[in-house]
Parts: sequence; C-alpha cells; structure tokens
Amino acid sequence: MDLREVLESFFEESLEGLDLMEQELLAMQPGAVPRDVIDAVFRAAHSIKGGGGAFGLQHISDFIHHAETLLDEVRAGRRTMSAELIELLLASVDCTRAMVRAARGGEAFDADQVEAVRRRLQAALEDGATAGHDAATPAPAQAVAGWRIRFVPEPTLIGRGNDPLRLFRELAELGPLTARAELDRLPDFEALDPTELHLSWTLELAAPVEAEEIKEVFAWVLDECRLELEPLPADDGGGRSAGRTETQGAHCPLPPAGGGGGGGTESIRVSLDKIDALINLVGELVITQSMLNAFGGDLSERSLERLRDGLAQLMRNTHQLQETVLKIRMLPIRFCFNRFPRLVHDLSVKLGKQVRLVVSGEDTELDKTVLEHISDPLVHLVRNAMDHGLEMPEERRRAGKPEQGTLALNAYHEGGHIVIEVSDDGRGLDTDKIRRKAVERGLIAPEEVLPPQQINNLVFHPGLSTAETVTDLSGRGVGMDVVKRNINELGGDVWLESEPGRGTTVFIRLPLTLAILDGQLLRVGGEIYIMPLNAIIETLCIDPKAVNTLPGGRRLYRVRDQNIPIVALGEVFGVAPRARRLEDGLLIVVDAERQRYGIWVDELLDQQQVVIKSLKSNFRNVEGISGATILGSGRVALILDIPGIIGLWQARARTPRLGAA
Amino acid sequence: MLDELLQPDQHGRRRNQFLTFFLGQEEYGIDILRVQEIKGWNGATAIPNTPDYILGVINLRGIIVPIIDLRLRFGLPEARYDAMTVVIVVKTRGEDDQERTVGLVVDAVSEVYDLSEKTMNPPPELGCSVETDFIEAIANLEDKMIIVMNVDKLVSREVREQAKKAVQAAGAS
Repeated sequence: MDLREVLESFFEESLEGLDLMEQELLAMQPGAVPRDVIDAVFRAAHSIKGGGGAFGLQHISDFIHHAETLLDEVRAGRRTMSAELIELLLASVDCTRAMVRAARGGEAFDADQVEAVRRRLQAALEDGATAGHDAATPAPAQAVAGWRIRFVPEPTLIGRGNDPLRLFRELAELGPLTARAELDRLPDFEALDPTELHLSWTLELAAPVEAEEIKEVFAWVLDECRLELEPLPADDGGGRSAGRTETQGAHCPLPPAGGGGGGGTESIRVSLDKIDALINLVGELVITQSMLNAFGGDLSERSLERLRDGLAQLMRNTHQLQETVLKIRMLPIRFCFNRFPRLVHDLSVKLGKQVRLVVSGEDTELDKTVLEHISDPLVHLVRNAMDHGLEMPEERRRAGKPEQGTLALNAYHEGGHIVIEVSDDGRGLDTDKIRRKAVERGLIAPEEVLPPQQINNLVFHPGLSTAETVTDLSGRGVGMDVVKRNINELGGDVWLESEPGRGTTVFIRLPLTLAILDGQLLRVGGEIYIMPLNAIIETLCIDPKAVNTLPGGRRLYRVRDQNIPIVALGEVFGVAPRARRLEDGLLIVVDAERQRYGIWVDELLDQQQVVIKSLKSNFRNVEGISGATILGSGRVALILDIPGIIGLWQARARTPRLGAA
Repeated sequence: MLDELLQPDQHGRRRNQFLTFFLGQEEYGIDILRVQEIKGWNGATAIPNTPDYILGVINLRGIIVPIIDLRLRFGLPEARYDAMTVVIVVKTRGEDDQERTVGLVVDAVSEVYDLSEKTMNPPPELGCSVETDFIEAIANLEDKMIIVMNVDKLVSREVREQAKKAVQAAGAS
C-alpha cells in the first residue's frame, strides 16, 4: 500500500478522533466525569499521538502528549475535570486539528497559538504534578532509579494491530532500556500459530520516571496483557538520571500529502451495506446482459417478446444502479451539525448568553458536495441567531421567557429536497425597520403594502443586507444575501419566518444531489429547456377569462383564489415563442421564495432524468440557467434556474421605477 | 514533437508553429499547441441574454463547450453557417487560472506556419482601443501579414465582460 494512502487514513482518523474529543469535552460537566467518557477521550488522544509518532509527525505527537498526560491524570483520579481544564483541552484539540490539517494540506498553522496553548498545558501539568504528589504516591521520584517491567501479552495482541516492538521503542524514549524475551510459553512447532504472540518480556528501564509514565506507554494494551512494575534500587542507575533522550524533540515532519495540489484527493467513507447493494446490482446486470446476449443473431418474432422483456429489465437495473451509486455520495447531515455544539458553546461564552442547542434529524442524508457547501451558510445563520436573535438573559427574563435561549437545528426530507431549519426563540425581526430601510433604498415603493413575512424576507436582498444596516435591523442581514447566493448556487432556496418576541426560523431547502435531476422538457420557440420536475407545482391550460393585466403590462393569472404573476419565459430569455396568444401556450406554476409564479411556455415535452453538466467549467454562470445537459439526440439543453428566472423578470420590472426615481 | 517545437533553432531563437485562419480578408494565427481539434459547424444551443457572437454551447464528447463566432465578434458583415463553416476548439487559461475549452468559429482554416521570433513584431500602438489588446504580434511573411492572437486574453475577456453585459442587458431591457 502506498504510504500516502496510509497517511491519508491517519489524517482522517485523527480528525475524526479530534471531533470525538471535542464532542465529549463539550458534553462534559466539570467535576466527576464518567470513566468511559474520559477513557474514550484519552484513547482518541493516544492514538493520534501514536500515529503521529509512527508517521514522523513528531510535533503533533509531542503536542498532544501533554493533553494526553492531563487526561490520564484525570483518569487516574489525580486531577479533577475543571471548567478551565475543559476549555484548555478544547483549545488543544483546536491546535492539534490545525496541525493535522497543515500536515495534510500544506497550509501553515498558527505556530504562536500552538506554542501558547502548549505553555498553558505545561503550566497545568506542573500545577497538577505538585498537587498530585501529596495525594497519591508520597514516595519522591528521585528514590527510584529505574523499573523492572514484566510484560506478558495475550496471544491475540498482535492480531489487534499492536506491535510490542513499537511499545518498547516508546519506552526507550524514556531512558536506556534492556529487554529480555522469554520463550517459555512457546508451543511446539506443529502447534504454533504464527498470528499469535507467545513471547513475554522482562524489561529494565534505567530512568527515574514515574510508574504512570510507563503505564501510559502500555495504556493501549493494558486490557490485553499482564503488566508488573517493580522499582529498581537507587544505586543501580546512578549517574544516568539525565537519561531522557532527545529523540522526542527531533522534528521530522513528512511533506504534506497530495503534493502541491492543495487538499489532496478527497475520499469518502462508504458503509458496507451500500457497497454490497452495488455488488448485487452489478450481479443482476451481468445476468441481464448474458440473457440479452443469448439472443445472438436469432431475431425471430418469437424472441422479440423476450428481447423486450430483457431490455425492460436492463432499464430497471441501470436505474437501480444509478440510484445506488448516487447513494454512495450521500452522507448524514450529522457531519455538518457536529460542529455546532462547539460553535454555540464558544459563542455563548463570548456573548454572555445562555443558549441551549437542540439538534434533530441529524441522520438525514444528502450529497457530500451539498453537505460541504452548506456548512458555511449554516454557521453564518447560527452566528446571526446567537448574536442578534437571542437576547441577553436579563432581557429574556423581563420578556417573561426562560433565561436560557434555545437554538434548534433540524433537518428532514421533503419530496426530492432536504429542508434544514435554523430556529431561535429570540426577539424576532423588526418588520417596521426592515420596511423603512427597504423604502429608503428603493426596493419597495412607500405606498406598497406587503404582508409582514414578505417584508422580513427582504433581508436576503443584496440591497438591504449591507453591513451598516445590520445592527439596526436587529441583526439579521449580516451577509444574508451571501447566504442566499450560496444556497441558490446549490440549486436551493432560503426563506425565513419570524414572529416578534417569539423568534425566527430560517428554512433552507436544497436538492438532495447535484449530479442528476428529474427534468421536464419544455419548448419555447425553437429552444428546448429543462425544468427541474420538483419545482413544478402544476401545469395549466390558460383560460383567457382568468387573465388580468395590471398597469405597466404585467399580467396576473387567477388560480383558484390566488392571483399569480405570469412570467413569459421567451420574454425573459429573448426567444420568440411560437404561441401567438396566451391561451396557445401553457402555464407552469412554480414556487420561488414562497411565492407562486406561472411560467408561460409553448409546450411540454417528455419527462426524463438528466445528468447535470456545468456551464461554468468552460464558460461562466448564466443568470436563469443552473446548468446544461445532453439529450438523447446529442444536443445540449439548458436547465432552468427558477429563482434566477424570477430574478431576471423582477429586474426587468424594477428598472423603470429606479430610472424614474 | 513538442520538445522539438520548443527547442531554439540554430540561431538560438525559439520557433513556434501557428495555425492560421481567415476572418474576412485578414489572416490570423494562434499558437498551435492551444488547438485541441478542428470540427465542422453543426449548430449550437443558444444561451439566453448573451451577445449574438456567443453562438451557444455544444456537446463535445460529453463536455459543454461554448462557441464564439469571431466573425461576429470582430464585426464582419457576413457570417454564413454552412458545411464549410469551421470551429477551432482551443484550450485557454484565463486570468482566474481556470482552464477553459472554447470553440471559435472562423471563415476558413488556412495553414500552419513556423514563425520565428524574428518575424514577429509587437503590435503598433493603436490608441486605447480595447479591441486590439489581444493582438500579441504582427508577423510579416514575404507576401503577407499575419495577426497573431492571444487566445487567453480574448476568451478571458469574453467570459468576464459578458457576465457584466448580461446583467446590464437584463436590467436595461
């Protein structure tokens, strides 16, 4: 196996381990910590240390060693988990993460910060060391010149990936080490199983270290061996007290993985179930293929029937295969939600607010690319909610609310979409202020009457959410347009609902995958476009009596009790439609930003699944178009971006008004 | 072959090969190493709200490639699309360091020339006209003149400028 691959998996495991440490630390209450929790955190730190050492990333290993020692002291009951200690350990998790990322991707980490945290760790260690002496072992360390260690591992030790040699090497870093292997447990040659370990050792370590330090080396294998420690008399190791070798300090970091190519190759962990499902499907595909093959040249009428069956089966297989392959890219949104406990914790400390984070629906799956791109907007929304939505404790008390505010993250599937909600029980948006700003900036006319929710949603408008308006607008609006843009780029939609004094909920709706889409083919003039099927609410034949024309030429169509604007796609795109009169075309009712629109087109064609291709890779983004695809005929068809089209249409509507102002 | 091309000739000058094509009466040249392929015109899917010389996008073996008609781009009066119309597919690298594959429609492909640095003259100062900044050099051959184009600059500007124009167009109309 390539060393890079091993290294890459070390990086991934380390980052996972760090995430785990972080989660557990955040969940910890100062004081008594359950044994299994502290063990889990300790183990994570320990394996990063071990891996770091094995891969020559000594600086990482040295750094986390301090945190590990602290944790071990907590484990041994010689130190209590205080709030400061949790904070310090969290900081060291951050530093380690930065170093691991740096080693992986080549970007630099903040060496000063690491050094500062390292000093704090050391200071904490020295603190505890003096305290620990009074409590635990009154025997001063100087009295011990060395240790005799009897190490009797279980035969299965090697099978679990532990190498005694590595342990000894680690021991040797503490001081001069002599090892004697004992062969008495070795079975007869016929009975020998080479995957089992039948040796035991007696080691002599000539260094005045504490027993804990030795135990720590064996921490990983403690439950799989018998370990006896016996102090050696002082005169035995005289003059060797300075035996600590300098090897620990030697930095020999590996070059970053992935060469100069930035973040290296991306990888994804796939559950075995998904892979098994794929293998089954491929098996079926092979069967279908051999069945079709059996026809060979025999194309009699009798065989045509079976050929058609075979093709139908092939189609079904391909479809399933496609779905299953796409599922490989699907990850639970937990990977994204996991970072929020930390963020909320840090922010609530910083802002002096009490916030409870409630996360639900974290098993909801979505495409890895979408997942990666949704993190930043979510962080933004959570920050906003914490910063401006939730009030200070005393303000909440005055309002008759519990002092602790609640921030909720929720995710669920809805149709072909995933919906993510970020809600708080804070003060809500100040609709009047937003309205005033919007009028000031010419987004709406002073006399225009809009429902409050529609006004609130203006915070996503780029004209409104500039930095200076932020604070007056009870906060919402810091780069909300950026959030909206990011989400629109992913083919999603964002809107919010707010109630004064009760809180705000931001909804993000995203497609589950970016690779494939169920499309409705439609025609305007000579052009064929594809509309995402899940954007379509209904399609109507036009009854001329239900059309109303507003001053300025805008037309509304009455659908039951709603009047929806008619957006002529040909007009927006500058394409001459074939239909002369409104009633010759069709109206596709779509939903964009919680408002319905009727897109007027010539006719509807087939529905089919299309593979989405980027326009940007060789050209650039085009407003109103989310991508392109290749039809069965080999021709390119453009995929419509509904919010973009509505945006273009509105821009056309607004221009005269701005021009007059 | 590539090495050979990049090697200096016996006079120590770098030799470059250029593919030339006609736009109206003028002969233009582009670095042949940028040319990916030459194909016939087979129609394109129009992109809304783009200038007329962006003919649209085509499917080039599964990749979406935009097509720019250089004849329309340079304001030539006549641009016919028939069996003789040729698309030169070039690879460019933009200012954003993104590699793009773009098709250029021209009147006709002419020849491949070896042009040494000696024959290449910097373009004369033509004032501040933006239409000339993608002209890299004027090469003088015995009986004719070839305008050597920098496709990176040309395409990069199309891609960027159009973004702006499209927004304006959408706002204005």
